[in-house]
Amino acid sequence: MDTGNRIPVLKLGHLLLVSIQVDMHDRMALALQEDLAERIVQTGARGVLIDISGLELVDSFIGRMLADIAGIARVLDAETVVVGMRPAVAITLVELGLSLPGVQTALTVERGMAMLPAPTDRLGPEADEEAEDAVGDG
Amino acid sequence: MDEPTSVIETILRDQRAALLDAWVAAQLSAPGVRTDLISERELRVDSDRFLTALSDAVTADSASADVSGPDWATVRGLLTDLSRSRATQGFSPTETATFVFSFKQPLFGAVQAQAPDDSAALTAALWQATELIDALGLFTSEAYLRSREEVIRRQQDELIELSTPVVKLWDGVVALPLIGTLDSARTQVVMESLLERIVETDSTIAIIDITGVPTVDTLVAQHLLKTVAAARLMGADCIVSGIRPQIAQTIVHLGLDLSEVITKSSLADAVVVALERTGFEITRRRTKLG
Repeated sequence: MDTGNRIPVLKLGHLLLVSIQVDMHDRMALALQEDLAERIVQTGARGVLIDISGLELVDSFIGRMLADIAGIARVLDAETVVVGMRPAVAITLVELGLSLPGVQTALTVERGMAMLPAPTDRLGPEADEEAEDAVGDG
Repeated sequence: MDEPTSVIETILRDQRAALLDAWVAAQLSAPGVRTDLISERELRVDSDRFLTALSDAVTADSASADVSGPDWATVRGLLTDLSRSRATQGFSPTETATFVFSFKQPLFGAVQAQAPDDSAALTAALWQATELIDALGLFTSEAYLRSREEVIRRQQDELIELSTPVVKLWDGVVALPLIGTLDSARTQVVMESLLERIVETDSTIAIIDITGVPTVDTLVAQHLLKTVAAARLMGADCIVSGIRPQIAQTIVHLGLDLSEVITKSSLADAVVVALERTGFEITRRRTKLG
């Protein structure tokens, strides 16, 4: 796998954290979509947190990608929260007519985490397993 | 010296003191002279500096009345400064241009005295002087207008900036009281300043109060919806308050869909909602009666 051109997907307990710190090009966005879908299934994550505070440029493709990720996650029974959008990016997306319906948003990663289901919501034996995974990933 | 083009040059070099006196006198005796705005001494200083710059420029490039050349840079700079200061002092454009045009009379007199016999040379020299003064006068007018436009543009910017204050009402709650009609330029500033303040103050609720907006048309409503959508993308909710009865009617008649937006009739109602959402409660303090 070409890891140099991919955005890392971190597992934090029952959540997946994606922090986009570079301006993405289209291929990177598609790779992220694939990775996320796979990781959600693999880890059984209930929430996806996408931090785009590092994103300064945005085009309609990236906007669509964010909406798509939320859609994919919802199908896989995970909620998506997009956090840290810059004013300029927000204005651009609105001007492009992409208001990301169905995507939850928050100002900061902290607030975004609070919006996602808490780990105690999960039932079953996987909860312990996940905790171990999280340590392994960190 | 016999060249007609150099007559002006000669005059400017040899008779500057006399020219200056005649010119200042002409300016002071002109009808409608603004002695209330400028003193004789200032006038004399301005005139003297202009004459010095002019004689330098004419020496350097005496054959041309094209004042846009590099030799005329000093004269142009001088006239631009003069126009700017007079525009701010309250001179009218005519009065400012008259400064240059009033130089015609003393210059013509001097030219006539210099070449009294040869009528062809006299005409040529006069024509040269006219062209030169006209070009400089027009330049002064233009500079005056430019400086006035600058002032207007700056005031416009300041007005837009001042008319969109984003105020912090509470921890996590900002408000934007809008006054006046929203146009595209203002909306842009409103949107940007609101979103930036949301980030700065880490606010989750933004109240847009439109009590001071006289009319809401489709365009204004569209702008509002855009701002609300952008704030939502960043993770903040917007409440639109101060919707007056007529505006509510207009909105419904226009068929605008504001169902995605929380709307309240007064700013007070919006504040209550905002505080409830951020987990605060307002209660009246118990006071002892009697």
